[in-house]
Amino acid sequence: MAEPLLALHDVHVTFDGFRALDGISLEIFPRSARVIIGPNGAGKSTLLDTVIGRTRATRGRVVFRGQDITRMPEHRIVRAGICRKFQTPGVLEHLTVDDNLAIAVRRNKRWWAHFRTGLDRAERARVDEVLGEIGMTAQRDRLAAELAHGEKQWLEIGMVLASDAELILLDEPTSGMTPAETDRTAVLIRRLAVRHTVVVIDHDMAFVEKLAAPVTVLHMGRVLKHGDIHALRDDPDVIAIYLGRARRDDAAG
Amino acid sequence: MPMPGRRSPLALVAALLPFAALAFAPLYLAPYHLLLAGRFLSLGILAMGIVMVWGQAGVLPLGQGVLFGLGGYAIAMHCKLAALAPDELPDFMQWNGVEAMPWWWKPFASPGVALAAAVVVPSLLALVLAWLVFRRRMTSVYIALITQALALAFATLLISRQSTTGGFNGLTNFDTLFGMPLADDRARLWLHLATVGLAALAYLFARAIGATQAGRLVTAVRDGENRVRFLGYSPAPYKILVFVVAGAFAGIAGALHTLHMGLISPAMVGVVPSIEMVVWVAVGGRTSLYGALIGTVVVNLAKDRISSDWPAAWPYLMGLVYIIVVLAMPRGLSGVVERLAARLRWRSERAAEVASHG
Repeated sequence: MAEPLLALHDVHVTFDGFRALDGISLEIFPRSARVIIGPNGAGKSTLLDTVIGRTRATRGRVVFRGQDITRMPEHRIVRAGICRKFQTPGVLEHLTVDDNLAIAVRRNKRWWAHFRTGLDRAERARVDEVLGEIGMTAQRDRLAAELAHGEKQWLEIGMVLASDAELILLDEPTSGMTPAETDRTAVLIRRLAVRHTVVVIDHDMAFVEKLAAPVTVLHMGRVLKHGDIHALRDDPDVIAIYLGRARRDDAAG
Repeated sequence: MPMPGRRSPLALVAALLPFAALAFAPLYLAPYHLLLAGRFLSLGILAMGIVMVWGQAGVLPLGQGVLFGLGGYAIAMHCKLAALAPDELPDFMQWNGVEAMPWWWKPFASPGVALAAAVVVPSLLALVLAWLVFRRRMTSVYIALITQALALAFATLLISRQSTTGGFNGLTNFDTLFGMPLADDRARLWLHLATVGLAALAYLFARAIGATQAGRLVTAVRDGENRVRFLGYSPAPYKILVFVVAGAFAGIAGALHTLHMGLISPAMVGVVPSIEMVVWVAVGGRTSLYGALIGTVVVNLAKDRISSDWPAAWPYLMGLVYIIVVLAMPRGLSGVVERLAARLRWRSERAAEVASHG
């Protein structure tokens, strides 16, 4: 069996006594996709935050490519090969679409390497390619602030693509998208998982089905189940947490 | 706002024309107005530094007076020493009963050391300060307070060490520069040309940095520091960079202004002048280098007129101007001009559209 690309070992995150993550262990293998689902407050976003260093594990370890990244500065984690798309589109508003992608595409991210005006040829070509992939070639000179919500989502997906990170974390990539755009995103993610490793958080079951990837269900900061989406859909525990605890409490009481 | 054509060579030439016109100012300005032009242009160099820190990086600096003062005192110390006979002490040291030259005065006898110090010392202070605050991820509010406290401390220190700093009166009564009498027409001309030249260079330098990827990253860090971090960049170096450049600009401005005025004193480096510097930039428009130059001239010209007739009113008036600008025109005069230009463009486009359909 191959080495996992990303491994979480008994990760705990506590916010003022609230256990957002309560002992998560998870292994993700190279060149695959994984979907994480769970009701609100299950700890899905916190899980991604902990991988990328936005929140820190109070206990446990996060290992990427055999390297412990639990306490590494955020920008070093990213340079090691992880890129995250946030739930609310995080584009750089006062820069053009092209400049947003240019910042994402640079390979050398140390500050002294940036006293030039352009990109090198390979980076330029990659930006042009990504613009085509996300269908924004015509908007390349517009300021990101002027884009519609869906376009900002695409731009941020484009930034993740341009970064060419080995591990890509997508937090609700389809929120605010039309059904047609959602389908396009599913195709894009399936294609990405050939060369990259992709972790997707989403609620939208129809979208998750289209991804055709193994699913992990989180509940109250713990891993509840792993499995295939069709099996999980019919699983009584999964149904119970999605329909609300009240019902199970009734049953128990 | 990036506009088409802004990076074209023609736009660059147009931007440099006013500097060229100012270089010939000795031919058409009366001596008093020439002095004002030189002074305001020196201050404009500092203002362009504030544009980089405040407008481009989004961090409000309230202690630029300190960096200005370091440049000013460096050159003033040299001027004091240059006028002395061997083994003589500067006038104010004699009055204060100082018997031997303090060690930290001695290097300033060399003009090269003084000129270098006027740029290097403020840049270094800016570097250390920026490194400390940005490494710790302090927010803009704390940085404003810290820099403000620094301005207060610096002015207090200068006043309390009267015997070696000239105290409240500062350093004055110097009349030669590199062997030329400072009041001489030839010295005035050289000083004016040096001021115009350095202002133009500072403008070009700031503009060039803005055009590089590092410049884009400065804006990117202002808009989304975390986003930049999660794209794999450390945000601190870009903020430190603009702080250091602004420090160098402030030092150069301080040195030039001191030579134009023949005086540097704590009254030019403390809390109130540091805030005034921010007001110049707010009035001109904090994201525009040219706006800052124009704001500096407008506010200082007003100050020159008003405070000679009515000195007590100036600080109140300045406060009022600041409030009006923040509330009514957050992007200053340059913002107003841009809005007008956009409206004109829109009208002419509409007219063209109507004509083509009609």
